[in-house]
Amino acid sequence: MNSDFLSTAKPISRLIEELHKLPGVGPKTAQRLAYHLLQAPPEKSRDLAEAILGIKENLRLCSVCLNITDSDPCGICADETRDHMKICVVEEPIDILPLERTRKYRGLYHVLHGVISPGDGIKPEDLRIRELLDRLGSNSVTEVILATNPNVEGEATSMYIQRLVTPLGIRVTRLARGLPFGGDLEYADDVTLSRALEGRQEM
Amino acid sequence: MTSRAYQTEAIIIKRQKFGEADRLVTLFTSDFGKVRAIAKGAMRPKSKLGGNVELLTHSQLMLARGRNLDIITQAQAIDNFLPIRDSLELMSGGFYLTELVDAFTEENVEDRELFDLFLNTLKEMAASSDMERALRYFELRLLNHMGYRPQLQKCANCSRQLEPGVNYFSPHQGGALCRECGYPDMSARTISVNALKVLRLWLQCDFTTACRVKLTGNLSREIKNLMRENIRYLLEKQLKSIEWMDQLNSEQKNHA
Ligand SMILES: [Zn+2]
Ligand SMILES: [Zn+2]
Repeated sequence: MNSDFLSTAKPISRLIEELHKLPGVGPKTAQRLAYHLLQAPPEKSRDLAEAILGIKENLRLCSVCLNITDSDPCGICADETRDHMKICVVEEPIDILPLERTRKYRGLYHVLHGVISPGDGIKPEDLRIRELLDRLGSNSVTEVILATNPNVEGEATSMYIQRLVTPLGIRVTRLARGLPFGGDLEYADDVTLSRALEGRQEM
Repeated sequence: MTSRAYQTEAIIIKRQKFGEADRLVTLFTSDFGKVRAIAKGAMRPKSKLGGNVELLTHSQLMLARGRNLDIITQAQAIDNFLPIRDSLELMSGGFYLTELVDAFTEENVEDRELFDLFLNTLKEMAASSDMERALRYFELRLLNHMGYRPQLQKCANCSRQLEPGVNYFSPHQGGALCRECGYPDMSARTISVNALKVLRLWLQCDFTTACRVKLTGNLSREIKNLMRENIRYLLEKQLKSIEWMDQLNSEQKNHA
């Protein structure tokens, strides 16, 4: 592959190399994308470059739910039509996307930014659990839906949060076990996820 | 590429994200010791591997030898120790066991005896509520099996017979010390006669017999600290999962 790069003009080979580092982009795809960009009008490339730079410059965490956002509070937290009495707890910002796609859930979110993983030294205090408890203490939340991934770490994290939230008199539910154990929310399809939302269970 | 298929039982002791939706899984197998293998697509919900290669699962596996890492081609869970998964405390103990086994073993060294000990300990944990005892018994038998059997009959330094009363224990001397050798040794801690007796017995009995020994809170704590120091000395580090286990423990006590 390196010899391929050498036979290509340097700026192109650099672009191919960078594209190849992206998840899901193999060497062939990287080449195709690079040559596509080469032939596209200059403003197209500029738009793309600006969009890429934009995610670093303009994004931050929502001060309420800790989702990644360009406005604070984020679009979901600021939306008056959503149900502010429900909070769905997820591991990572990316986990919100599949849940939103189902259009079944109209409450708010809370992003933990990780999961309890003792073997990696990740403990509860490394997650944004305190922020969740602060939200629960100051608002009229009636239900917390735990939507961590259906694997050992996700289950442990949910059980831990449940132990902290239940004494506050708030209903705690867990996304239904329809999600196969060992899987990852990020990859769940809409149907499975919709069913899991509808069938969420008391913890 | 010549790929040979093989079959084995294993307990999953570690797994990491690998590429898009694959997992790099560390197995402790019954026939080949510790093996690292790829579980392709294991993170996708429809994957047939998924739950069968989850942490702390005892599975029957089919693997194919790869150039660098073996590939898990089929997996069928034999036991996923649900009682452990349903309890935070047991789960923290389970995490600790996996880290312990990982830390004490090298890859591709067959060790059927350790596999059996590990499997039995998980079964005991799932079946009884006495997790601490199961962990201590496992730690002691693990040390013994890996060639670190602590000297508990006579002084590890001067070989004198240990007197009843206060003696000492030193991880770097490899066992108990008499009063004369232990007192000036800054690395040694005291060990009670009862702790000595329990450890001596546990080194030579099965877990069922080990359960008959009555342990007071103090004695249980003494043995726990002793084993922990010994393990930290041997590994030259504290295992990461200990902190969360302790944290849960103290939170539980505060609740009670
Ligand atoms: Zn928000
Ligand atoms: Zn001595």
